[in-house]
Amino acid sequence: MNQSSLGNITTLAKRELKGYFASPVAYVFIVIFLLLVGFFTFMLGNAPFFKLGQASLDSFFKWHPWVFLFLVPAIGMRVWSEERRLGTIELLLTMPITAWQAIVGKFLASWAFLLLTLICTFPIIMTVNYLGKPDNGVIFGAYVGSFLMAGSYLAISCMTSAITRNQVISFILSCVICFLLILCGYPPVTEFLTTLGVSQSLIETIASLSFMTHFDAFQKGILDFRDLVFFFSVIGFSLFTTGVILRSHRAG
Amino acid sequence: MIKVQKLRKEFGPKVAVNSLSFEVERGEVLGFLGPNGAGKSTSMRMITGFIPPTDGKVFVGGFDMIENPIPAKRLIGYLPENAPSYNDMTVHGFLSFCAEIRGLRGEDLKKAVHRVVEMCFLENVLYQSIDTLSKGYRHRTCLAQSIIHDPEVLILDEPTDGLDPNQKHEVRQLIKRMGEKKAIIFSTHILEEVEAVCSRAMIIDRGEIVANGTPDELKAKADRAGVVTLIVGGVAGSVVMEKLGQVAAARKSAVVKEESSRVVIRIYPKTQCINGELAHQISDLATREKWRVEELHTEEGRLDEFFRSITLPDTKSEETK
Ligand SMILES: Nc1ncnc2c1ncn2[C@@H]1O[C@H](COP(=O)(O)OP(=O)(O)O)[C@@H](O)[C@H]1O
Ligand SMILES: [Mg+2]
Repeated sequence: MNQSSLGNITTLAKRELKGYFASPVAYVFIVIFLLLVGFFTFMLGNAPFFKLGQASLDSFFKWHPWVFLFLVPAIGMRVWSEERRLGTIELLLTMPITAWQAIVGKFLASWAFLLLTLICTFPIIMTVNYLGKPDNGVIFGAYVGSFLMAGSYLAISCMTSAITRNQVISFILSCVICFLLILCGYPPVTEFLTTLGVSQSLIETIASLSFMTHFDAFQKGILDFRDLVFFFSVIGFSLFTTGVILRSHRAG
Repeated sequence: MIKVQKLRKEFGPKVAVNSLSFEVERGEVLGFLGPNGAGKSTSMRMITGFIPPTDGKVFVGGFDMIENPIPAKRLIGYLPENAPSYNDMTVHGFLSFCAEIRGLRGEDLKKAVHRVVEMCFLENVLYQSIDTLSKGYRHRTCLAQSIIHDPEVLILDEPTDGLDPNQKHEVRQLIKRMGEKKAIIFSTHILEEVEAVCSRAMIIDRGEIVANGTPDELKAKADRAGVVTLIVGGVAGSVVMEKLGQVAAARKSAVVKEESSRVVIRIYPKTQCINGELAHQISDLATREKWRVEELHTEEGRLDEFFRSITLPDTKSEETK
């Protein structure tokens, strides 16, 4: 990647990120995320935060795949459908940039926004550190996992938003895809498959495609290269497909 | 600067643009004329590299738009149809973004934004969000974007669409001024615009070029071009008609209106008659006959007439699709 493509990506990402804060959407999103995560962490589950009585954030991170399932597509759904609806895609793609730079720039901006949202949960880290002596390494690992998972959801949402001008359809499509990718590794589902007599190796293969399987490792504080590869593959594949879809629209 | 060779675009079974070839040099303003759905926008989208052609080639400043799009796109400023822009940005934010993506930074960027804001009369709305602007301002914001890097090639898709008459006039003047140093293509379906701005016009219908020439050349091709109207008083129509039979350059004549005091006659020229020859001969005849001529003039031919005669109206072309 040379200097000018980095410059183009930065310019595009900056514009996109500014766009989030130009409207109340960004603030509303952050507040809803914090409320939902807070609610789940403190109120729900068989081991809510307070009752657990230990300085760990398990009950916090465990809800991330589910909260992101709805909130990330809400961010991602407009990324390309909005460009197509407004017609600005015609401006964007006739400027001296490549489609890849546009795709990556827009993705990175939204991902940075999600990072910011995650950072806004810092009071909970301070709380557990105040209450006891948590393993901050594990917490950091879980944050990395959560961030990568959010990125994967986002890349999928970018892809579905390239398919259609209609943001609602884009939202539903990405929710469905992400939901399937959660389910195929969700323990109740894999256990159910086992009772059906599906062979263990097949179940493992399916489960290895799931966000859950890979997010679990991060939650336990294990930074495995293969999990990193998984998330980056999902992101790479989705962004690549976004490019293919955008090109096929233009080809008519 | 712009070279288009056998450009073709199919959408499914439908041919939107068929074998379009032309060149535009610096200092030329080429007007794209044609009814709705003729393929003007599709052609421009291919020239600017937004959509790939099914067949054919586009060169901008010598760069092949398909093989080498980035340097080609650098040379182009483009105003798409309906003038899209990012609604949530301010005019200033939007123009700064466009300048930055065009590689301008720091002082250069500020100067470029300042220059186009002045050229497009945007001072009053500079820090207003684009979605709160009237259509005229939104249009000019997008126009400003297209000239922010002072491009050598300008492609403008209906640049005066949705503007009020004063704004239309201003934009035409701007295009004309810029046309002295740039290669410009613009599309319109307002014919007077072509006469006011273009050095050359191309009429496109159902994806094909049906006429190509200077506005004057095109006007000369209209049916009524060269027709002479004569109004004389104090003579009977039949007498005048009889004498007109002797005029060498006349093909036929017809009485349009006969009143007690005057008669209006239209005289059609033979095809090879040019330079007002017909009017001269009629004038000589009138002098000899001592007619009291009230009016004698040659019709210039009108572009809209020519346009109508060679393009099908919308509805018809839809049927043949
Ligand atoms: N993306 C597309 N898919 C299918 N048909 C299209 C597409 N874009 C344009 N067309 C068709 O191509 C023809 C030319 O359209 P266009 O270039 O927009 O005409 P103009 O700009 O001259 O009014 C029209 O009949 C239009 O319906
Ligand atoms: Mg058009």
